[in-house]
Amino acid sequence: MIEHFEDLIVQTTCRLLIPFIQLFALYVIAHGHHSPGGGFQGGCILGASFILLCLAYDIRRAKQWMTESLNSLFCCIGVSIYAGIGLVCLALGGNYLDYSRLHKILPVDPVGARSLGILCVEIGVGLTVMAVMLSIYLNVASGGRHEDALK
Amino acid sequence: MKTVGLFIVLLFGGLLVYGTIDFPPWGDPDTPASRHVSERYIEKTVEETGVPNMVTSVLADYRGYDTLGETTVIFAAGVCCAILLRRSSK
Repeated sequence: MIEHFEDLIVQTTCRLLIPFIQLFALYVIAHGHHSPGGGFQGGCILGASFILLCLAYDIRRAKQWMTESLNSLFCCIGVSIYAGIGLVCLALGGNYLDYSRLHKILPVDPVGARSLGILCVEIGVGLTVMAVMLSIYLNVASGGRHEDALK
Repeated sequence: MKTVGLFIVLLFGGLLVYGTIDFPPWGDPDTPASRHVSERYIEKTVEETGVPNMVTSVLADYRGYDTLGETTVIFAAGVCCAILLRRSSK
């Protein structure tokens, strides 16, 4: 079982750092068009920020920020965004995941629609990766018993 | 038993090294892998998708179906981990 500890320096540093880590993660996801990055990398950084919260405080505190049901929801929403965009393209008369068809419902030209479609699926990937990272960490670190992890 | 293991490891290691002899030279632009669709992606990415980063456009647009599969694999890994490990404390 994980032993509970309180360390002022570690906790304060993490409390100051975590918002910037999360902001950087969102930047990596949103800026994947122009620089190295994208959904997988940004999602990993976002998940790592929550894991840092678990390490610096404890699992109970981390679950106050990101409850288990919300985490599971993010997990599913991410994949659904990706697959849903593919279905919307199908419904608009294109091939599956042919984003250029999205220009019929978005106020942009087909090239811009492909760019926007890429951004949307990257957001979906980022959500899933973030939620899965945190879920796997919580389950493995506590042996599946989150509530008993601190004793 | 250890000798047999060492023999098998050396045999397959040797086969892998033998396989690398057939590889094209590093960075050769005339290899089949570089001549198939790479040129089209490099030339048309900005024109067709408006994304300056070729890696992103290939990953999420030209090969979007593949990335959907990758995301589903990650999702399945998370769900399997939860199914196998998660236990209620009550």
